[in-house]
Amino acid sequence: MVKYVAGQVARHTPMLETRSLHRLAVGPIDMTLDPGCCMSIVGKSGSGKSILLRMIADLDPHEGGAALDGIACSSMPAPAWRRQVTYVAAESGWWDDRVAAHFPARADLSASFASVGIPAEAVSWPVSQLSTGERQRLALLRALAPANRVLLLDEPTSGLDVASTAMVETLLRERLAQGGAIVLVTHDPAQAARMASRHFELRDGRLEARTP
Amino acid sequence: MSAPLIGYTELALAAVLVLASAILSLLLNLGYARALLVAGARTVIQLLLVGLVLKTVFALSSPWLIGAVMLAMLVAASYEIRARQQRRYAGLWSFGIGAATTMLATLFVTAFALITLRPDPWFSPQVVIPLAGIVLGSVMNGVSISLNAFNTGIVRERAAIEARLALGASRYTALKPMQRSALRSGMIPIINQMSAAGIITLPGMMTGQILAGMAPFEAAKYQILVLFLLAGAAGLGALVATYVAVWRTTDERDRLRLDRLVQPP
Repeated sequence: MVKYVAGQVARHTPMLETRSLHRLAVGPIDMTLDPGCCMSIVGKSGSGKSILLRMIADLDPHEGGAALDGIACSSMPAPAWRRQVTYVAAESGWWDDRVAAHFPARADLSASFASVGIPAEAVSWPVSQLSTGERQRLALLRALAPANRVLLLDEPTSGLDVASTAMVETLLRERLAQGGAIVLVTHDPAQAARMASRHFELRDGRLEARTP
Repeated sequence: MSAPLIGYTELALAAVLVLASAILSLLLNLGYARALLVAGARTVIQLLLVGLVLKTVFALSSPWLIGAVMLAMLVAASYEIRARQQRRYAGLWSFGIGAATTMLATLFVTAFALITLRPDPWFSPQVVIPLAGIVLGSVMNGVSISLNAFNTGIVRERAAIEARLALGASRYTALKPMQRSALRSGMIPIINQMSAAGIITLPGMMTGQILAGMAPFEAAKYQILVLFLLAGAAGLGALVATYVAVWRTTDERDRLRLDRLVQPP
């Protein structure tokens, strides 16, 4: 596992790299992220944190580019990019009435459901029966597919109590330990301090380094 | 036996029904009186005018004139489709998507019908114009209903569609449920019409032919042919329209592009 070390940037290709990402009032944004690393982004509401994450996932038209392991987003089909660099919106969307339809068929979900405090039988529930917090946690689980490399998380624990938040954070730490990377947008500086090794604030459309 | 001729007195009596319905709407504050009265007035003006125009067209029997009449009908249908949309495409697309798909489906099915029926001459206005007209009406229903269902659906289901795209679904996969339900809505009128034909309602054309003195069995065969033409036309129009809609509301990077729809006024 490659760890981020200052001074070595030029000698290795970062896992995720963005060049001059720009959309509306956000950007240009240049950033790099290495495997096993989590960077936090805070900022006032309306500062464009979601716009930035959506740009990295290539979900909106924008200027500039991004690359994963040196391979440009524009050189691969957008779905292939998003399976590896996955945006998890603050408000989750559901395209079927049944919870099970949002997960791979025949997958054993009981362990992963339990890891975020959701009973295994929830898989047979209708989506309408889920609470906001349950939806938020299941939307995160849904994104944790084997192909995923970088998670772009938009307020992943905003609707959760302390215990559920701790479970989600443990799950995310496991992901980091396995070599995944996370861009964490959060309004909670304490969470940023717990999870991330590099801290930024999005202000006037630019990313500024921040000391927690 | 011949059909009883209709005079202006009879028409005026029938209009009382429309007026009564409009008055009820006003009294009970149901909000459809204005639309109903406008539509009623349009029925009178449009049908009487078209009766006059067709009289001339039938008399002249020129293929160019028939072509011009059909073109005018297509343009009118395209405007109607545009007017039915709660969420329109920005720019020329708002008109173009309905016009292109309607023209395609109508010309294809009308040509198919002419090859099947072999009228003499092939452009015989007594065959071409009523046929193109009824086919066009069916296409217009199929296209306008499915387009409207699709466009309102993707705005409503934006979060669900984008969640799927964000997880790596292609634009065609992510929009498939919306396309399916839009097509189902668009096909309901013709499916109802075929299911109910003869049991719940006597279709308008068959009723007209029987009133005008045709043998019921012959009229039934004509009606079956026409219903099949209508079903084919509505299906083709709605299918092409929803595919164009999927293509237009997304881009080559599999993004949902709701910015290509304009906000309802």
